Amino acid sequence: MSGIAAPEASPGPRLEVSPGPHIARAGLTTRRMMLDVLIALAPVTAVSIYLFRWHAILQIAIGVLGCSLFELLFARMRGRPSPLGDLSAAVTGLILALSLPWSAPWYVGLVGSLVAVGIGKVVFGGLGQNIFNPAMVGRAFVMVCFPAALGAAAYQMAGDGAAIVTQATPLTAAKQLGQSAPLWPLLVGTVNGSLGETSALGCLLGGIYLCLRRTAAWRIPLGIIAAAALLGGIQNLAAPAAGWTVLHHLAGGALLFGAFFIATDPVTSPLTPRGMWIYGIGIGAMVMFLRAYSGYPEGVVAAVLLLNGATPLIDRFTIPRPVGGPVPARR
Amino acid sequence: MSRRLSLFAGRPPFPGGIHPPTRKSLAEEAAIEVLPLPKQVRIPVLQHAGAPCIPSVKPRQAVVLGEKIGESEGFIGTSMHASVSGVVTRSETAVLPNGRHVRLIPISTAGEQPEGRDLFDLLLGGDWPKEGLDRHDPAEIARACRDAGIVGMGGAAFPTHVKLARNEGRPVDTLVVNGCECEPYLTSDARLMVEAPAPIVAGGLLAARAAGAGRIVIAVEDNKPGAITALRSAAAGTGIEVVATETRYPMGGERQLAPAVLGRTVPTGGIPLDIGVVVINVATAAALARAVLRGGPMTHRLVTVTGRGVVRPGNLLCPVGTPYRDLLDACGGLAEDAARVVSGGPMMGFTVGDLDTPVTKGTSGLTVLSREEVARIRETACVRCGRCVDVCPLSLTPTKMAQAARFRNWEVARRYQLLACCECGCCGYECPAGIPLVQLIRTGKAVMPRS
Repeated sequence: MSGIAAPEASPGPRLEVSPGPHIARAGLTTRRMMLDVLIALAPVTAVSIYLFRWHAILQIAIGVLGCSLFELLFARMRGRPSPLGDLSAAVTGLILALSLPWSAPWYVGLVGSLVAVGIGKVVFGGLGQNIFNPAMVGRAFVMVCFPAALGAAAYQMAGDGAAIVTQATPLTAAKQLGQSAPLWPLLVGTVNGSLGETSALGCLLGGIYLCLRRTAAWRIPLGIIAAAALLGGIQNLAAPAAGWTVLHHLAGGALLFGAFFIATDPVTSPLTPRGMWIYGIGIGAMVMFLRAYSGYPEGVVAAVLLLNGATPLIDRFTIPRPVGGPVPARR
Repeated sequence: MSRRLSLFAGRPPFPGGIHPPTRKSLAEEAAIEVLPLPKQVRIPVLQHAGAPCIPSVKPRQAVVLGEKIGESEGFIGTSMHASVSGVVTRSETAVLPNGRHVRLIPISTAGEQPEGRDLFDLLLGGDWPKEGLDRHDPAEIARACRDAGIVGMGGAAFPTHVKLARNEGRPVDTLVVNGCECEPYLTSDARLMVEAPAPIVAGGLLAARAAGAGRIVIAVEDNKPGAITALRSAAAGTGIEVVATETRYPMGGERQLAPAVLGRTVPTGGIPLDIGVVVINVATAAALARAVLRGGPMTHRLVTVTGRGVVRPGNLLCPVGTPYRDLLDACGGLAEDAARVVSGGPMMGFTVGDLDTPVTKGTSGLTVLSREEVARIRETACVRCGRCVDVCPLSLTPTKMAQAARFRNWEVARRYQLLACCECGCCGYECPAGIPLVQLIRTGKAVMPRS
């Protein structure tokens, strides 16, 4: 692609010939976007380590190292250079780990990583090609394979962490026992749950950072939250005695974690503004539907995977109208 | 600031756009200099959109500055003139930055001719009337443009007389004189507006007279307050509106400027004429004024030589056909770390590999980028981040268009309106995966079957 302008007689700088534009936004790379996600996950990661101590550290290490290892392995098998530099495997691993309960056995994280990277990403052709969020594919797989290790009971196992880790998760308590939870612990995160989901404020903090960096598209979390708030409000009006308010719906469970860190995965979410609204509102509504009517207390994994699957269709039906209208038939 | 204001004012005039570092400060304070006479100029027979000129001179023939040396056949075409006095030599062929192989008419400079300050005064100096221009017949003005070889100096080099020719079926109500110069780095239009606003105003009045436009707007991005002040005082009493637009690339594109200053949208596949608007560049307006009022053809143009890859950036007035090398030498030559010589600005310009490439009527600048300024991201997979969609000023979906073009999937390319792209480069500037979106789209537009 490069040509030499100056003949040998007049030595000068070596000039290259290349298509434009010749300048690019400084410091904007795929790696930087992935790093943004890791930075944004720092608050919830910190809360999880505070709550679950070395259990959290162990799960995160298994997830991140597992995903990176399998990514490297599959790249070798395909004869590709190491893709670890783009940090996407680290992001998948961290999100997967943060979606597990502290008590999950070590092999759960490892099998989850294998499936997340292998089935979730590599079989589709690697980064950018997958239809479903890799971390959620891994999470769904282990949920089916190890129901005992990941069911409601797993969250309540006695351990050597802080006392709260033996309580039922707020959503389980609400669903099975009809118990409401005080709001403040839900916001701060001093409740039981999957590693990363407990602190609503941590999710908000990281999520707002992601949106400000424009690494996450703000329309998606806003759509999810708006849909969940609306449906939660209706539910609340229908059964005010339950004491489970809109804020409980938003702050409890994985809604915010999913809204900001999982649903916003650009690869598996729509490209167009209108598509993002449809996708976000769809996830929010699906989560609320699953929470209300399914056998599980939570529905973020299923809702995200479902709307991931709908994304190619959403994209196809929301192609923006060009300024000035479509290209005329004869041109 | 202006972005925030537009939030209150309703929808912004066009979607997307970018704010790259403009680096105008490299050359915007450098007053116009007249390039010392080059030893030789090589004048391409095709510097414009349309039919090439057919040369009317022979080797060893003596020509004088401004003499007509060729003319196109057909309506969409123009004429060419000797940009120096001298002797014609044997014609050659060269590749212009846009990739076209074109025949050149070389002229070796010889004999007495205006230089330095005299040349500046001849082209741009002195008094320019702004009253009584209505006595010029519209058809005469358009004919003078063709005779003087006037083409758009903003870059596309479309013959100006075609834009100005009156058409009963498509009346023109507004003439927009485009002084946005939204390309980063380039400052030649800015200098012209500051140093020679009078011929721009006169040219605007004449062009409006030719096209039958009742309203004249000169649009300048608000990062050029000096130009706005100079134009406002030069245009006082003429009824011309000097409008400061928001500074946002690509404000200077016709499809962006028309909505921004007039609130009207140019239909896709159409031209501003479809909405009763003619847009001409400020330098074109000045050249038009000279052609009509002083009978001088388009022989010279102002070229910004800028970028960190050149030692002393400046704005040079030079004859058409001047080799790039002469301009670079006049600016102290290439710096050690020069990486790309771009004909035009860094967003839409083309790199050249041959420094003997001649300046054409559409060469607005030479941007010499240093290693550190050049975009250098290794291409990786698209992660569908959607930034290209966010910044596209035409609300297109560049990543889908580029992928469709790459895999020659014309059905998808059509679905995503491949042909609507104006190649402004916002998507490529923004892409974190370093995908050559514009290159893929441009190739696709050229290769896609039209039926």
